[in-house]
Amino acid sequence: MQQVFPDIKGRFGDFGGKYVPETLMGPLQELEEALDEAMSDQAFLDQYHHVLKEYAGRPTSLSYADKLSKQLGGAKIYLKREDLNHTGAHKLNNAIGQGLLAKRMGKKKIIAETGAGQHGVASATVAAKFGLECKVFMGEEDIRRQELNVFRMKLLGAEVISVSSGNGTLKDATNEAIRYWVANCEDHFYLIGSVVGPHPYPRMVRDFQRVIGDESKKQFLEVESELPDRIYACVGGGSNAMGMFYPFLQDPCELIGVEAAGKGIDTPEHAATLTKGTPGVIHGSMTYLMQDVNGQITEPYSISAGLDYPGIGPEHAHLFQTKQVRYESITDKEALSALQLLTEQEGIIPAIETAHALAQAFKEAAEMTPEQTILINLSGRGDKDMATLMEHFQEEE
Amino acid sequence: MLTQTSFQGKLTKTEDLFIPFVVAGDPTPELTIQFALRLQKAGADILELGVPYSDPLADGPTIQRAAQRALQQNMSLTKAIELVPKLREAGVEIPVVIFTYYNPVIQMGYDRFFEMLEENGAEGVLIPDLPYEESEEIRGLAEEKGVEFISLVAPNSDTRIKQIAEHAKGFLYCVSTLGVTGGSNQMSAETLSFIKKVKEHSQVPVAVGFGVSTNEDVQLVREHSDGVIIGSKIIRLIEGELEAFENGQEEEALERFYQEIHQLVK
Ligand SMILES: Cc1ncc(COP(=O)(O)O)c(C=O)c1O
Repeated sequence: MQQVFPDIKGRFGDFGGKYVPETLMGPLQELEEALDEAMSDQAFLDQYHHVLKEYAGRPTSLSYADKLSKQLGGAKIYLKREDLNHTGAHKLNNAIGQGLLAKRMGKKKIIAETGAGQHGVASATVAAKFGLECKVFMGEEDIRRQELNVFRMKLLGAEVISVSSGNGTLKDATNEAIRYWVANCEDHFYLIGSVVGPHPYPRMVRDFQRVIGDESKKQFLEVESELPDRIYACVGGGSNAMGMFYPFLQDPCELIGVEAAGKGIDTPEHAATLTKGTPGVIHGSMTYLMQDVNGQITEPYSISAGLDYPGIGPEHAHLFQTKQVRYESITDKEALSALQLLTEQEGIIPAIETAHALAQAFKEAAEMTPEQTILINLSGRGDKDMATLMEHFQEEE
Repeated sequence: MLTQTSFQGKLTKTEDLFIPFVVAGDPTPELTIQFALRLQKAGADILELGVPYSDPLADGPTIQRAAQRALQQNMSLTKAIELVPKLREAGVEIPVVIFTYYNPVIQMGYDRFFEMLEENGAEGVLIPDLPYEESEEIRGLAEEKGVEFISLVAPNSDTRIKQIAEHAKGFLYCVSTLGVTGGSNQMSAETLSFIKKVKEHSQVPVAVGFGVSTNEDVQLVREHSDGVIIGSKIIRLIEGELEAFENGQEEEALERFYQEIHQLVK
């Protein structure tokens, strides 16, 4: 029989667990109990799926990228359109799940960390919808490059708290959110945005994101009558990838996670955690991370705020170690050309995070045959990235 | 009866303990030695020697700043442990507890870590992000090597209090309030009953920390527990003297530091 992960200690093989200050052990225990109870209550699951359908607009479509497939001359390319999800990315699926759980637990205040701002926007959205108070921790640098999302969060009624420690990116925002939670755990729910953090977060976020893979499988079988040969997703913390991959883990599809290579994995400026990192503990979880020989966490770099993170979810570390998923990395430059190509050929402007998955998929699709099929998780739309894109393409001119 | 306290025989007292915390290398390794000497003179019984970390989850802004200053001095787990014999040479005789986040220990590896503690004569270790459930292996190793593995217990540890307290070694670090280091100290009726509960189950001295910053706080903690842990307040005193150190007024600054500590714990 296939072993079920995580085990009762929250481990995915060698990874996962709870490496947190003692003050968080109580709140994590409380969360785990509430989660287990909710997930075995059909009424809760029905409510979650109902909100996904009538509020978020799910199921999202599966689009066949016909023009692009022809142009690349290889495999047939399908796109799972999480960009069409309400608020423009997969992040809302998880925020809805955790928001409903917060309400069920009687917590009226939520806190969240955000990088690209998509999770912050998703959290602010569910806070507005479910009548919760919301604080979003965001790094200074990310506030600069994701200005539009900062405004969206404020408009939605959330308080955005600027974090200046470190590089002022997602890692630092997460530290600060955890610290705030430690001090305020009695009445606050910490709504983590990816499959990271201490147990039970990686499992919870995966289970609220697996709707992506579940829908994809059904939709793909309807149009192609068989499963895709390869499935691609970008990996920051790893939630859109875990959500997409999880329902396919026992299937004969090849799964490919794509990390950010920034300015190149041979430079210090990248965020390719599995490609270049080593095992250790970050944000309460044993996983792979980017660190120096003394075990100090190093600062990552990527043009995309959502992938600019020195860790990765522990389940990915396990899937990497056991070779169930292949992990590749894509530079800023490659991602931006893929973004342009998709925009020109299919009329879809993807998020820069997503463009990393596209770039790897396009490279490989061209080498495949027209009888083969691939599926790409189009995790989000590019609206939030307009300022970065303008800056970049103007520099090029 | 408090039976398990020893720190290799160096700790003979089991009550009224003063346990200060400094960050190794803040602002320089040499000054860390000088602060330790003044703390010992002011009555410190055990020294918590903090290893600076890039991402200190349990710490507030004060200790974060101290860690940043120390990291700029290239302080590391290795160098912090190697500071112990230098402390001894300078005259620091009290037991030293290495206070480090878990990740640097993983990178060093348990074997090398305990080898280094032994070679350099550190008597204890405290890892704030390694809770009871994740620490079985290292607790076993520490016991084998005669190193005190210090555990923490918090007001919301709840049903785990008994388990943690019964297995505690060295002393038991009682986090008095929820939050990161450097917050304000409150001794509500709830806190007092929590400390009492911890004491019922503990075989080692129960010391209270987080937010102790005035002599009144110290008196209050003393009255209800076996020891007081002071961290952020000490770091703030050090911060207050940074300019003096830069201006070469080291002796005066160290004397002021000593006087402040003396007043704090008298
Ligand atoms: C559109 C989009 N895709 C991907 C990510 C990366 O996160 P994850 O790896 O958790 O899916 C983000 C994060 O902000 C995002 O906004």
